[in-house]
Amino acid sequence: MKLTLKIWRQENANVKGKMVTYPIDGIEGDMSFLEMLDVLNEELINKGDQPVEFDHDCREGICGACSLQINGEPHGPDKLVTTCQLHMRSFKDGDTIVIEPFRAKAFPVVKDLIVDRGSFDRIQQAGGYVSVNTSGNTIDANSIPVNKHDADDSFAAATCIGCGACVAACKNASAMLFTSAKVSQYALLPQGQVEATERVQNMVRQMDIEGFGNCSNTGACEIECPKGISLENIARMNREYMSATSKG
Amino acid sequence: MGGLIKSSVAKKFAMALSGLFLVLFLAQHFTINLTSVIAPDVFNELSHFMGTNFLVQAILQPVLIFGVVFHFIMGFVLEIHNRKARAVNYVNYNGSANSSWMSRNMIYSGAVILAFLALHFYDFWVPELIHKYVQSHPEDPARYYTETVAKFESPVRTGLYVISFIFLMLHLLHGFASSFQSVGWNNKYSKGIQGFTKAYAIIIPLGFIFIALYHYINNL
Amino acid sequence: MSVLDSNIPEGPLKDKWTKHKNDINLVNPANKRNIDVIVIGTGLAGGSAAATLAELGYNVKTFCYQDSPRRAHSIAAQGGINAAKNYQGDGDSNYRLFYDTVKGGDYRSREANVYRLAEVSGNIIDQCVAQGVPFAREYGGLLDNRSFGGVLVSRTFYAKGQTGQQLLLGAYSAMNRQINRGKIQSFNRHEMMDLVLVDGKARGIIARNMVTGEIERHSAHAVVLASGGYGNVFFLSTNAMGSNVMAAWRAHRRGAYFANPCYTQIHPTCIPVSGDHQSKLTLMSESLRNDGRIWVPKKKEDAIAIREGKKKPTELTEEERDYYLERRYPAFGNLVPRDVASRAAKERCDAGFGVNKTGEAVFLDFASAIKRYGKEQAFTSGNKNASEAEIIKLGKEVVESKYGNLFQMYQKIVDQNPYETPMMIYPAVHYTMGGLWVDYNLQTTIPGCYAAGEANFSDHGANRLGASALMQGLADGYFVLPYTIGDYLSKDIRTGKISTDTPEFEAAEKEVTDRINKLLNAAGKHSVDYYHKKLGKIMWNKCGMARNAQGLQEAIEEIKELREDFWANVKVTGATDGKNAELEKAGRVADFLELGELFAKDALHRNESCGGHFREEYQTEEGEALRDDENFKYVAAWEYKGNPRDAQLHKEELDFKNIELKTRSYK
Repeated sequence: MKLTLKIWRQENANVKGKMVTYPIDGIEGDMSFLEMLDVLNEELINKGDQPVEFDHDCREGICGACSLQINGEPHGPDKLVTTCQLHMRSFKDGDTIVIEPFRAKAFPVVKDLIVDRGSFDRIQQAGGYVSVNTSGNTIDANSIPVNKHDADDSFAAATCIGCGACVAACKNASAMLFTSAKVSQYALLPQGQVEATERVQNMVRQMDIEGFGNCSNTGACEIECPKGISLENIARMNREYMSATSKG
Repeated sequence: MGGLIKSSVAKKFAMALSGLFLVLFLAQHFTINLTSVIAPDVFNELSHFMGTNFLVQAILQPVLIFGVVFHFIMGFVLEIHNRKARAVNYVNYNGSANSSWMSRNMIYSGAVILAFLALHFYDFWVPELIHKYVQSHPEDPARYYTETVAKFESPVRTGLYVISFIFLMLHLLHGFASSFQSVGWNNKYSKGIQGFTKAYAIIIPLGFIFIALYHYINNL
Repeated sequence: MSVLDSNIPEGPLKDKWTKHKNDINLVNPANKRNIDVIVIGTGLAGGSAAATLAELGYNVKTFCYQDSPRRAHSIAAQGGINAAKNYQGDGDSNYRLFYDTVKGGDYRSREANVYRLAEVSGNIIDQCVAQGVPFAREYGGLLDNRSFGGVLVSRTFYAKGQTGQQLLLGAYSAMNRQINRGKIQSFNRHEMMDLVLVDGKARGIIARNMVTGEIERHSAHAVVLASGGYGNVFFLSTNAMGSNVMAAWRAHRRGAYFANPCYTQIHPTCIPVSGDHQSKLTLMSESLRNDGRIWVPKKKEDAIAIREGKKKPTELTEEERDYYLERRYPAFGNLVPRDVASRAAKERCDAGFGVNKTGEAVFLDFASAIKRYGKEQAFTSGNKNASEAEIIKLGKEVVESKYGNLFQMYQKIVDQNPYETPMMIYPAVHYTMGGLWVDYNLQTTIPGCYAAGEANFSDHGANRLGASALMQGLADGYFVLPYTIGDYLSKDIRTGKISTDTPEFEAAEKEVTDRINKLLNAAGKHSVDYYHKKLGKIMWNKCGMARNAQGLQEAIEEIKELREDFWANVKVTGATDGKNAELEKAGRVADFLELGELFAKDALHRNESCGGHFREEYQTEEGEALRDDENFKYVAAWEYKGNPRDAQLHKEELDFKNIELKTRSYK
């Protein structure tokens, strides 16, 4: 397969970047998108050019490191996959592929296609936990039965990989899906109840401080989420937040 | 409320509530307008009631105006904030792959509706105020129907009216359903609600358009 | 007497850990505030250790090369975590978990450590549930279990195919709580470049800020290495692209002995290699072997026809298939331990029965499971005469609810629907049982330098059982290290803050900078990946699933030559003062090129077959591993002597008092 790549190049956070065009040949359908970039980088290195920097690690769709806005969509055209699981068979010979970093004020570019998603960490630090110390004598795990339906919903929310596709897809660069997934995980479990009021307020406050946009319910986040995190979580967070606020 | 409205979630909540209120108002307005087609006498009666009842004039009308102003100002505030949340724009942004045109362009459909409201106020509300308070005409419970119908003589005005309601339809198609999500209402009944809001968003503006065209054609 | 003192407490096996906890010194809460601990790596072991140490009151600094602690590769663990809870009432106990683990490890692990692991396993589940980890539950609201390879009970707790993710996010949330309290400072996108010793004790590290390129000095009273395994020495493995041995290897060069480097787990169920471009391999959870049956065609002609695409696997009748695991190991069948299953797959493929283009794949078939579940489902829902199509439809739904995400992943990568046609799998490097030698307290041979999780060697012997890595990482981090480290730190309460303005830090920093400059200034002929791939080929062909003396000797020479070529001719683009992925990779590959040689040396010296280490010279007539307990019942701990081939061997004899050494049989 022969392709034309248009890739955002930016030396570091302090300089301006630009799109650069690279032709590439010999791409096979069985390659993953990142392996295609590996091929490009090998070529660039052999020519003495700077390889394209991009975040990636597990390459099996779970660590959430890989990002990339591909042809205007986070993680590319396929649904329910991360960029590392996107395979080149989703493209045709002769295609032009535009590759950009995830864009948001709260995700500043580090280099080329790498962005800083520390804002997500800070949202979690604001309250995404249950305050329980490690002691070895917490109560037996089976002494808190949890309704299977709630446990499954909680798990579904907890499968968020923190990649930032929701922010990247949202026209407002809103982080509501990410934040609400964590809020929901705990809101659905008995363990999360004690701190529920403070948790949702603190996490939303931090989300706002980071400079993410507001949710306008376009639903783009849910569709682009590689883990299919549901919009129901956002509704749940709205509910939790308003009830927490009314409690003061 | 002041402290509350600082957070993004509370802003959306308020936006949804004001929107839902305006949707209700729309239904009421539509019902009255529809009588102008079916029964001009009833139309006159209702219009007179609305225009002269103390409760409506002193309480509901200010609340409505507040609702409208709040919804618009908050809409613009949120839009400005949202634009700032993405400092550098994408070269290639394929929004249609994951969201509807309506949901991404609420600010534009909203702006058209705002412009229409200006026209509407100029057409009906301002003359009404002048009629009632500046010129201090005595009450005439029978004048509303003819005055209203007369407005639809102009094809330009009727055309603008139709276009505006198409935008209102687009605005409602996303906004009405969306407001339930914003107030935290997303559960097994949501599919039904979605259907209702979609039907409402299409039928009510079409109804307004029908009324306008009806009077325009009658005027020919 | 060996120089190695494992510090195993006296007394009966069952009481050792309790007694030890009662005997060791503690640091009082006020003094903990004056003590700093560095934790390298934020996976299950590092993340849980950091959180717990901070809860106890120590000042913790964590370092990870990823952009967030949450992305450590523990996140990719799929199947589950073992714990001897006996919730299923199938006769499980601490002893049974201990026994299974020692046997599974082919009698090459330390009894006392493994027993402690079994003892705290239940606490892990309690702790994680309290943290809000959403484990799978039954309709009654209680926790569900599944079974894994090499055991006869159901003791594996799971969260669909994302157990590692959920446990890691639990540890990360515990870390976040401490970060929010200011007790943990988290340094992300930072790589440990060297360990700093002062007066023979680990007192800090040199780290590189991967965003600015700055070389930083960080001091502490103790350093915990929880940096994971070194499977990436094979280039292709199920490890993350960034997984590396640098932290452990730097510590090894500074005096920490490296134990059993040749014990590598080759996981039987991975997606086969598809071409030269391949950058990593993807694991299909072992839990699939609960329901999948592994087979190859009985006749070579059929295998060839399938390879050439002339025949479909579904066209072969039951009689034409060879369910070789069920045939060879009737007792455990498809649930034999990983090393056994991997070797059996290699044996069939080497004999010419492989089923994909490259001839290196076997089938993992769900057709019978789909039918079995479908029948069960139809029956329980009252449909006693369900048609074949209905049964299959229902069965697919059950299989989807169990393994949906794995099937989806397979389909994405291979572009085949595993509900319709059997999966193709092949073994791949997955986990390294070897690692830094540690004593019972998890301290390496450098005082003050600890190793936890996959980075140490202690609990899995020569082969790890499924769902035990998560257990060990969290046991070390939550329940072992935070206490044992107190024994050491209790002597440091008067030391005060450790200065980084000392000759030791200066010298270490200079070494790091020199090394970076050397990498950047090599002749620039070949990319880092070029060398990494070459190293991987040598390792896979000569130090892989089956090894022999000749191959290992060749490997030692070839790796040495490759290393020399690397330092002379590697091409590292870019500069030091900023993000530079090539430079990062170069540093890691440089260390793999040393480790690889030690790996081969270790494998060559161990003249026996045990667990993941299979020497072709040492096998039974049936092709099973032939252990030599008389001569090799020890841990091989290697001391660095300037060159991997010159490493000095120290033996820690393994003493089995509570388990009788037997030939491991799963027949």
